[in-house]
Amino acid sequence: MLIEKNIKQKKIETNYQQTIIEFKNVYKSFGKNDVLKGFNLSVKKGENVVILGKSGSGKSVAIKCLVGLIKVDKGEIYIFNTDITKLNIYELNKVRMNIGFLFQNGALYDSMTVKENLAFTLKHHSKNLNQNEIENAINEALEDVGLKEAIDKMPSELSGGMKKRIGLSRALIIQPEIILYDEPTSGLDTITSREIDELILKIQKKGKTTSVIITHDLACAKITGDRILIIRDGIIYAEGSFESLKNSDDNWVRSFFI
Amino acid sequence: METFLKNISYEIGDLSLFGLRFFEEIFRPSFEFKEFIRQCYVIGYKSLPLVSITSFIMGLVLTIQSRPAMSKFGAESWIPGMVSLSLIREIAPVITALICAGKIASGIGAELGSMKVTEQIDAMEVSAINPYRYLVVTRILAATLMVPILVIYADLIGLLGGYIGVNMHGDVNLVLYFSEVFESIKFLDIIPATIKTFFFGFFIGLIGCYKGFNASSGTESVGKAANSAVVSASLSIFIIDMIAVQLTDLLF
Repeated sequence: MLIEKNIKQKKIETNYQQTIIEFKNVYKSFGKNDVLKGFNLSVKKGENVVILGKSGSGKSVAIKCLVGLIKVDKGEIYIFNTDITKLNIYELNKVRMNIGFLFQNGALYDSMTVKENLAFTLKHHSKNLNQNEIENAINEALEDVGLKEAIDKMPSELSGGMKKRIGLSRALIIQPEIILYDEPTSGLDTITSREIDELILKIQKKGKTTSVIITHDLACAKITGDRILIIRDGIIYAEGSFESLKNSDDNWVRSFFI
Repeated sequence: METFLKNISYEIGDLSLFGLRFFEEIFRPSFEFKEFIRQCYVIGYKSLPLVSITSFIMGLVLTIQSRPAMSKFGAESWIPGMVSLSLIREIAPVITALICAGKIASGIGAELGSMKVTEQIDAMEVSAINPYRYLVVTRILAATLMVPILVIYADLIGLLGGYIGVNMHGDVNLVLYFSEVFESIKFLDIIPATIKTFFFGFFIGLIGCYKGFNASSGTESVGKAANSAVVSASLSIFIIDMIAVQLTDLLF
């Protein structure tokens, strides 16, 4: 199948040393509120990077800048060695087709069923796919998140955890190389949160995807993160493994893990 | 006062840019035909019951209210002609457009506002799908085409209401009633009145989409978007009507 072939190709290309995402001195303000003040970040291919930080510290702004939802004031953002801040909308859309984004509440289209939600992106981008191939891709994406039975449900009939899983399968259906997670476990109970964490790891292993995970959930950070970054005052304040940051000499960093 | 004027100017400028983008996007390839048909169904077909009731009542009431004044001059026979002229030239287009502003602009404002707040529009954009083309172009085009059809339908139902009104105090044959109606209506009464309804539809769709698309975060903004869509669309209908009437007066 076409999609499986794509995954295989991606697996061959996987190179853990290659930088796939890079923020260079990025600034972003909203009025007088300076959110990002010289933000630098680099993510290697196949890596799961978790960004921790207080509410309003600019975590979500950073990943929204990464997909061009928010325009930066100054600085450069490289994805696959292309500075996306200099691209026009059509060039940016080509880059976006390699990025999956899981929104905080799933952001499923209310007026469509789960199946239509998944088919929507696919139909717009893979016009050469026939109905059978689309159906197979939808079934496979739903199987990946363990929710095949929800195919004909409306988003209003789904629980918070189910919405996130469907949101994830919608992001996965285009076989992205990069997945961005905005608070993947917020508002969920512990058991469902751990299921989402396992799903994130499963996706990383299956597609060799690169992920940036924004979260407040320490357990999620510990399970899913290869590397953890803490954002403070618009810059990356600390960086390291979960254990090293937990035992950091810096009181402020340690206070996150109490 | 200065801030108020500044805000208004900013909003009009922003709305104009938003509207200009419609003309850029509509001619680009891959038109969202399915969504356009769905919007025509929602905007046009689903508004039929409301438009039917209001236009019928408009025709009926206008006829009943005109009778005392006309009977003073012994001119009851002119009632069908007068009612039909008032309905077709002014009342049916404006009242139908106002009803559409209430139903369609608020619906679009609330729908797109809630999509904005729940990040569905962002999700579309991140998926490399142009949300303006999918959500805005289809809705504005559907409103621009459906409102004139609804107005023509309202004209007919309103005339039917007028026929019932005339028959409440007299006995007028349906054929006689409509022959009097068509005798008093000229082609030039219908054309300018129909042309302006395209503008009504366009602005109802445009303002609804603009307010929804620019809703700020928070559920409260969904209500605000719907509310300000109705207010602004209604106001725009009166302004367009005033300009259209002036132009018609000058030209014909």
